[in-house]
Amino acid sequence: MTPAASGALALAAQVRAGERSAASVLEESLAAIRGRDPELHCFNALADAHARERADEVDRLVASGTDPGPLAGVPVALKDNICTRSAPTTCSSRILAGWTPPYDATVVSRLAAAGAVVVGKTNLDEFAMGSSTENSATGPTRNPWDTGRVPGGSSGGSAAAVAAGMVPVALGSDTGGSIRQPAALCGVVGVKPTYGVVSRYGLVAFASSLDQIGPLATTVAEAAAVLEAIAGHDDRDSTSLEQAAPRCSEVLDDGARGLRVGVVADFLADASPDCTGAVRAAADVLAGHGASVEEVALPELLHGLSAYYLIAPAEASSNLARYDGVRYGLRVDAPDVETMNGRTRAAGFGPEVKRRVMLGTYVLSAGYYDAYYAQAQRVRTLVARAFARAYAGVDVLLAPTTPSVAFPLGSKTSDPLEMYLADLFTIPSNLAGHPAMSVPFALGEGGMPVGVQVLAPALGERAMFRAAAVVESGADPRARGPVPARGAR
Amino acid sequence: MSGGARAGEDAAIEGVAGYEVVVGLEVHCELSTATKLFCGCANAFGAPPNTQVCPVCLGLPGSLPVLNRRAVELAMRIGSALHCEIRPSTFHRKNYFYPDMPKDYQISQYDEPVNADGYLELPGGARVGIERAHIEEDTGKTTHVGGGGRIHDADHSLVDYNRAGVPLVEIVSRPDIRGAEQARSYVSELRAVLVATGASDGRMEEGSLRVDANVSVRREGSEGLGTRCEVKNLNSLRSLGRAIDFEAERQVAVLRSGGRVVQETRHWDEDEGRTSSMRSKEEANDYRYFAEPDLVPLVPDEELLERATRAMPVLPAARRVRLSALVGDDTAADQVTTVVDLGLDDLVVAAAALGADASLALRRAANEAAQRPEQARRIDAGVFARLLSLESAGTLSATQSKAVLAEVLESGGDPEEIARRLGFEALPAAELEAVLDEVVASHPAEWERYVGGDDKVAQLLTGLVMRATRGRANGKAVAAALASRRA
Ligand SMILES: [Zn+2]
Repeated sequence: MTPAASGALALAAQVRAGERSAASVLEESLAAIRGRDPELHCFNALADAHARERADEVDRLVASGTDPGPLAGVPVALKDNICTRSAPTTCSSRILAGWTPPYDATVVSRLAAAGAVVVGKTNLDEFAMGSSTENSATGPTRNPWDTGRVPGGSSGGSAAAVAAGMVPVALGSDTGGSIRQPAALCGVVGVKPTYGVVSRYGLVAFASSLDQIGPLATTVAEAAAVLEAIAGHDDRDSTSLEQAAPRCSEVLDDGARGLRVGVVADFLADASPDCTGAVRAAADVLAGHGASVEEVALPELLHGLSAYYLIAPAEASSNLARYDGVRYGLRVDAPDVETMNGRTRAAGFGPEVKRRVMLGTYVLSAGYYDAYYAQAQRVRTLVARAFARAYAGVDVLLAPTTPSVAFPLGSKTSDPLEMYLADLFTIPSNLAGHPAMSVPFALGEGGMPVGVQVLAPALGERAMFRAAAVVESGADPRARGPVPARGAR
Repeated sequence: MSGGARAGEDAAIEGVAGYEVVVGLEVHCELSTATKLFCGCANAFGAPPNTQVCPVCLGLPGSLPVLNRRAVELAMRIGSALHCEIRPSTFHRKNYFYPDMPKDYQISQYDEPVNADGYLELPGGARVGIERAHIEEDTGKTTHVGGGGRIHDADHSLVDYNRAGVPLVEIVSRPDIRGAEQARSYVSELRAVLVATGASDGRMEEGSLRVDANVSVRREGSEGLGTRCEVKNLNSLRSLGRAIDFEAERQVAVLRSGGRVVQETRHWDEDEGRTSSMRSKEEANDYRYFAEPDLVPLVPDEELLERATRAMPVLPAARRVRLSALVGDDTAADQVTTVVDLGLDDLVVAAAALGADASLALRRAANEAAQRPEQARRIDAGVFARLLSLESAGTLSATQSKAVLAEVLESGGDPEEIARRLGFEALPAAELEAVLDEVVASHPAEWERYVGGDDKVAQLLTGLVMRATRGRANGKAVAAALASRRA
């Protein structure tokens, strides 16, 4: 059995009880990675030496009668835009190839404090810009359900690693859907927490006002446990909320009685029948468990996409300015500094990153700021108001995570706008700073998994997890990773 | 450079008659906090390059800024001292590429600064409006090696990031300053205020205070503002004054020759004594300001406001009034300004309270003590008062008193004791009379003229006595002895 098949919570329980060693769990995970990663390319780098030291440390703690923490010995994969001392952090970009940060992200320290063992760094769309993990300088990740299809993105490496059973849980980052969309496409659970619940310190910024780190796991309960381990105020992130981390594990058995659920009617028309059908079936499951279900009209949310593709590139154009060849990463030498800056960036960034940096530079320029950036901020406010209107009457919203199941590799790379539409249903929660998660629910076109999205207002994680646990209980168990190796179909 | 501009510069000597020089100043003040603006690195001058850095101030990927509350407090103290409205504010990113800026953007305040709409009162009573005084981070420091020492002709450049992220307050004046002299007065007064509030050490030579000048000229009597040029690289009050004079004359010459002043940024060359064009308005950066998403709005709470404005020290303008009133001499205004600028007014006031002659105390502070202000600020008022009393009583001559003061400043100690060690014990009256006898005997002609009422010769006779006693005689005592002999 792979570590993922056992489940993170079962593994941690066994390690804490001294029934299994963290070292043996780790070796199992590394063996699973060695077995399938040559085909799938989930990982940019392994931190195996450091991971073995960490696992031994966990085992020593157990032997000495000390509890290593709730995730004792659990192997975790980290998206390669989360800073680690133990392995390079490249953001799947040539410009950061080989760069090892001199510090750990806050989430890395918190995982360590919970007893988890970081095994390596997973592939992503360069600087998290993309929805298929094809925009990677290290090559695309493939979907373990069908290696001819994309795993989604940008946290495609993390989602595929969990879906392939290499690790039971992983961390991703979600700026416009980058955790939830690949989770849905790979048949795993993916959570984007409320903005500010998880520290961004050590997350390489894409769009700072939207980025949030969150877990990917095979079950809702595991995702809740990982979220609890990494969440909570951090003095090193000024946008980190003061509130204590929401305790989600304790509500998983609360059922749906009395829960008010809204179905986002506006999204159903834009999704394929299998995705729409999954949302309706999930709503029935919730109703069957005593929730009240109604359709809500939120047409403003569809405008989120265009606002997002102005705000995120604007912030990215500034966040990515520092990759100038002066201090770290790639440098292409030139006779003077300005030429060196230009040549370094031309050689170091891929086409999608360049496209967004140029777009962002343009929308912030004098003369265009009001028409684009300021207007997008007004739309952002409009989206938040629409959500507020809905949440006056319901506790959570139900929606498709994606417009369709995983698409074939290369099918959208020539049309950026088509690719951008993959995030249509996930973007509004980032604009509003709200939590949202994807739960694998059914099999759709080509036998690929379909996810259902549960959305909640700011700090509404407990209601969200309560609903997600009920949805999960009514889901088709075949829709959930890990999947055995099947190859392309 | 166009021919017209060069003609303008050569013609600079013609002066600015008929024109009014209008100046607005932007002063960057490094705050004397223990740590940097957004990280825990030490904020200290002079450490080996790149030893006071961390992931945050190096702008490493993934790092985030956390605002230093002490810097906010000092910024609000500055605002309070400059009579500004202190208000809720936000941070913006100012985006441009430069190697000494780790993130290739600077975190600054843009449309919502923490301090706005204040004024600074100058020693003459004139008020200069303060448009804003906002918080921002400093950049690193680039040294261009080879060529002319500027980025475009250097062989290579070295960057020290110790200064990157040091907290700054940029104080922007309104264009209320008229000419070089007033600009210098504004900066020294502002410096005194910044030092008094504890916000800055005020050291221009270490770059703690950096000044850019917006200079324009207009026909006398005209109301509108002329096209301005921003002059950079002003490293001292002297540079500031010279650069404004040069720039104003250059602009007037351009206008007189029928040309038009081009809005641009100009570089002051201290050695050549001239400004030259750095970049025109068209070439200027589009900074693409937008709200800094990594920081939350700065809403000063009551506690912070209270701490910032509590125990505000007496500011220079009030201290000048106090010192002038004590001395009661309108002609001593320059000395009063000097003493307050150097922070020696408390010493003068305390010495006077202990019985010293206030005018003498002011004079010795403004002339002798001012040579070594650091040491002077540390000397005990009692010691200073005793020394002044010895001089007033004629026990020490002025020359001797200055020598003792120099010794006190150098290594401290008791004035009487130092006077003894230096052999400054007052000449016994009998010895003085004996020396006088010799002088009168050896210079009969001069003595006759003195007795005949020629006072001019008294100086010569006194000098002869001083020489004979090798300076041990007190001038006043010699004069008195001469006078009593003639009577
Ligand atoms: Zn630092």
